[in-house]
Amino acid sequence: MLAGMSVPLTLLGLLEREPSHGYDLKRDYDAFFARGKPLPFGQVYATLGRLARDGKVVISEVAPGEGPERKRYVITDHGATEVATWLTEPLEPEPHLQTVLFTKVVLALMLDRPAATYLDLQRAAHMRRMRELTELRRTGATIDALLADHALFHLEADLRWIDMTATRLDALAREVRS
Amino acid sequence: MNAPDPGTPSRPLVEARDAVLSFGQTPALRGASLTVNAGEIVAVMGPSGSGKSTLLHCLAGILTPDSGEIWFDGQRVDTLGETGRSTLRRDRFGFVFQFGQLVPELTAEENVALPLLLAGTKRAAALKAAREWFERLDLAGLESRRSGELSGGQAQRVALARAVVSRPEVLFADEPTGSLDSFTGEQVMELLIDAARQEGTTVILVTHDPRVAAYAEREVVVRDGKASALAPDPVAS
Repeated sequence: MLAGMSVPLTLLGLLEREPSHGYDLKRDYDAFFARGKPLPFGQVYATLGRLARDGKVVISEVAPGEGPERKRYVITDHGATEVATWLTEPLEPEPHLQTVLFTKVVLALMLDRPAATYLDLQRAAHMRRMRELTELRRTGATIDALLADHALFHLEADLRWIDMTATRLDALAREVRS
Repeated sequence: MNAPDPGTPSRPLVEARDAVLSFGQTPALRGASLTVNAGEIVAVMGPSGSGKSTLLHCLAGILTPDSGEIWFDGQRVDTLGETGRSTLRRDRFGFVFQFGQLVPELTAEENVALPLLLAGTKRAAALKAAREWFERLDLAGLESRRSGELSGGQAQRVALARAVVSRPEVLFADEPTGSLDSFTGEQVMELLIDAARQEGTTVILVTHDPRVAAYAEREVVVRDGKASALAPDPVAS
């Protein structure tokens, strides 16, 4: 669910709650944020290593015993500041002006192919996904329902674009073929 | 039309065959065909003026097409007289609309009991049956209120209770959340779908809102007075 830079920042955020071992961080990350895509252990420890290198966490203790050593990570002031900054910065609004679907529609019209049919196929695929997400929000926990809502609103926006585009295909065809 | 899921009842219950209807010189349906199986929850979508509400009204026996056929449970509906269609609507169909459905002079529980009273059920029994739905639809405590004393969401849930109190075989819903904010609308839809699934009621839901349509099991799009399924479901085909 969360990709790229948000994994280290999410792990940092979890460490701000309380110092933790890598295993516990992975467990909490998977429980709240992974949504079916668990974080590999390798990525957890590699990320923690980079956060330690950059001074955002420190290792408070190493518990000896059977198996691998268990390091306990503690967030630093520098790390906490980074979490606070990240949380308060709005995400970049993405206008999605160059979507694959847009490209398909324009190309279909250029090639005199049935763009309306392609839009209908996409509409059906969107509706199928919306049905799955609606069932998830009906039957899942609140956290699942919130994530499903987020996806549903985006899909709904896509559908509105699909409907609007369908009504403008003739005009669009004239422009792209001229 | 999408193939039904395995295990879904496949007995055709409601059907329009090449229905044509004009209002004066304005064509509303231009040969609309649709089959809804028993127990299905189907969304009828389409832009404003596409004919989706007209199609629902024909299926429900409220309007009669100029040509074509309407069938319910193996019986022609369009050839029935007004009395026959009225009986069908009262005894076997339920209705939820967007606006102004409750009788303002009656209390909420009297509104819910109305279909039973009209069908000849004794008042005490009708009110008892009505009150059972207040708990189920999160309306407990509102039984004595009149429509002016209810919020939009509460009034729509009362209307839903009235639509299902006589346990209809088909529930026709025309933009049932159209006058509600999205949060309240979602609550009403959840209760509507839960009630339909528990009772095994067939639902034909007209909406322009994809989030509402997503509560259905499949959708049919009406454009220019003709109904068509969206692209075949690759899972089902």
